Amino acid sequence: MKEFLEGAVSIARTVALCRPGVISAYPITPQTHIVEELASLVADGRLKAEFVNVESEHSAASCVLGAVAAGVRAYSSTSSQGLLLMAEVLFNIAGLRLPAVICCVNRAVSAPINIWNDQQDIVTLRDAGVILLFAENIQEACDLHIQAFKIAEDPQIMLPCIVNIDGYILSHGYEPVEFPAQELVDKFLPPYNPPYKLDVNNPLTLGSLMGPEYYLETRYAIQQTMNNEVKRKILDVAEEFTKVFSRKSFGLFEEYKIQDAETIFVAMGSIAGPIKDVVDELREKKEKVGLLRIVTYRPFPSEEVGKVLSNAQRVIVIDKSISLGSYGPLYQDVVNSIYLNCQIGNQKTLPKVIGYICGLGGRDVSKEEISEIYNEKEFSPAKFVGVKKENLGNFI
Amino acid sequence: MFAKIILPPATGLKNKTGSWRTGKRPKFLHKNCTGCRLCYLSCPEGCISGSKKEYNADLDYCKGCGICVRVCPVNDIVMEQE
Amino acid sequence: MIDERILFTAGHTACSGCAQSLAARLVIDAAGKNTIVVNNTGCLEVFSTGYPYTSWRVPFIHSLFENAAAVASGVESALDHLGIKENINVIAQAGDGGFADIGLQAFSGLWERGHDVLTICYDNEAYMNTGIQRSSTTPIGTHTTTSPVGKSSLGNLRWKKNLVEIALAHRCVYVATASVHMPVDLQNKVKKALKMKGPKFIHILSPCPLGWGSKPEDTIDVAAAAVETGFWPLVEFENGVLTKVKKFRELRPIEDYFKLQKRFSHLLKEEAKEVVEMWKQKIEENVKKYKLLEE
Repeated sequence: MKEFLEGAVSIARTVALCRPGVISAYPITPQTHIVEELASLVADGRLKAEFVNVESEHSAASCVLGAVAAGVRAYSSTSSQGLLLMAEVLFNIAGLRLPAVICCVNRAVSAPINIWNDQQDIVTLRDAGVILLFAENIQEACDLHIQAFKIAEDPQIMLPCIVNIDGYILSHGYEPVEFPAQELVDKFLPPYNPPYKLDVNNPLTLGSLMGPEYYLETRYAIQQTMNNEVKRKILDVAEEFTKVFSRKSFGLFEEYKIQDAETIFVAMGSIAGPIKDVVDELREKKEKVGLLRIVTYRPFPSEEVGKVLSNAQRVIVIDKSISLGSYGPLYQDVVNSIYLNCQIGNQKTLPKVIGYICGLGGRDVSKEEISEIYNEKEFSPAKFVGVKKENLGNFI
Repeated sequence: MFAKIILPPATGLKNKTGSWRTGKRPKFLHKNCTGCRLCYLSCPEGCISGSKKEYNADLDYCKGCGICVRVCPVNDIVMEQE
Repeated sequence: MIDERILFTAGHTACSGCAQSLAARLVIDAAGKNTIVVNNTGCLEVFSTGYPYTSWRVPFIHSLFENAAAVASGVESALDHLGIKENINVIAQAGDGGFADIGLQAFSGLWERGHDVLTICYDNEAYMNTGIQRSSTTPIGTHTTTSPVGKSSLGNLRWKKNLVEIALAHRCVYVATASVHMPVDLQNKVKKALKMKGPKFIHILSPCPLGWGSKPEDTIDVAAAAVETGFWPLVEFENGVLTKVKKFRELRPIEDYFKLQKRFSHLLKEEAKEVVEMWKQKIEENVKKYKLLEE
């Protein structure tokens, strides 16, 4: 059934189709509409779940942790400062091997306080052992939520998964969205049935103190799971989703007009939209250009990305965040994957990899700016796009 | 892949903390015991057990803190050299 | 030879004479095997679940330092959703640091939302697991490593945060204090609390031989002295109304309590006169508030 709704509302209604039993909620712009819609669905009896109005995001994530530990599917959503406040809990959920699904509505990080979109919040947590998926549009945001539960809850995986959507652009934008029937979702996503839980009939201890003789293997196990089971599951689930819901799901990344591309853009999230428009325009002009849109950021599909990009002459990475004092996070992952691929394949020439930092704090990135980037001759690993000199100078 | 991060119940019983004692241990005389069970209720290790008027500390776990000797209202427990 | 019904077994690595280990055992044995325990970081979870050993015979989860109450809120909500909360107790417990300081927000949230959870604070009056640093429940004049006694200091500067009053302000259905020297009373309080529906709080004073500088064999005597000097009143509130107080014909002098603990040795000296006066004032307040003296 197709509807034209605000992104946050569409996501909330899709989450409701996934039958979570516990929802924890704490307000922060621009994700609040998601939890508000979920509250409304619970209040109307359309979603049978416990709705817990927690007193901070740290508790929101902890509440989800407790619920999944007790054997019930749980969900929360947050942004920016809230995500950073949850940071230690996310590491904790991953380390405890529990499958939580959280939506991060990407927003810039204080200070200065800024409520508009960039991806700095989530990239800061890329080391935590959390599966990170990025949606380009609202339909994909909904589709990824359904898949997120299935991936996270796989008994061989049992890791948290965060679905990322660009704040305001996807949360407050309106798009027509196809909502699947409840029966179809139920068939695709079986009830949560964990291999271990807090059960008085089988009393287990979770979260013990582990010394140097034991800790390392826990990280090794998550790394192996990320690189093997998670990657495989994401592809399987995307394929199954495509079949069951008759709608393409990309899995690890989307290759847009890549085949003979000499220049390949790499980006994640909604900025892929205008980039695709520019790619189309350039292709009209017979330019050999394409876009590799990263859908799964963690685990980073390093081998696969390296293979695709190594054939290009030039790779342009668009980051909506910056590791201050270094480069864009996506840029770093892309450079690594190209280098590793060339090392394995003993390739003698590497493509030029140029990095751009765009859209921080919600600054608009226009198609013209993207075209200018394409025509840029100078090399730079982390060039900020659209710096306004009049805002710089003395501190006052 | 998983690392073994979850524990089944009461594996702590494999840790015989009786080795912590430094020369003294409780001796239950079984002479004046009234069966009040204060020793059982006051032991930080929970290693005192028994029934009716006969209780003993499990020396595999007893750390020799001496609390049981102190709380027995009829002085039926003493500390002795090991 | 261990009693097999014990739900918190020996083999834990608590210090010899640790009251918190005793209190934890008394609590869970009173609560019974249909209980899920959620524990903040602190001595208790460290000494009872050091891999590969666990002392727990009930489902147990340790997450972080400040979120036991939030995790427990999630557990309780999950059990509600499954329709099985009626028969299962949920306990969220922490030391004084994890309860009154870093974890207070989450406990406040749990209490305010009215979750059916028994919250317990094992109060050894400092951050003991990290080596005896002062917390908000460290009484005035106490020597800790971050409020040490020195040439220009008589120890901690503030009195204890009053968790009982904070719990009552949150309208907890059951609020009580307990002591390990009265184990049956402690267990009765746990059992009574668990019969009531809603957020419950029990504050247990847990003497710590290492941190308090007392002898392991003195632990029960220290707990008794705390109560019998009027410092730690044993009280019980049901639905906000004071229903039980342990009364005395007369109270022991506070010096009886100080004498047993090296952390208070400076309070027996003349220079500490003013600080000791403050202790006596606080005890007087307890006497008036709870009518500790029998008429």
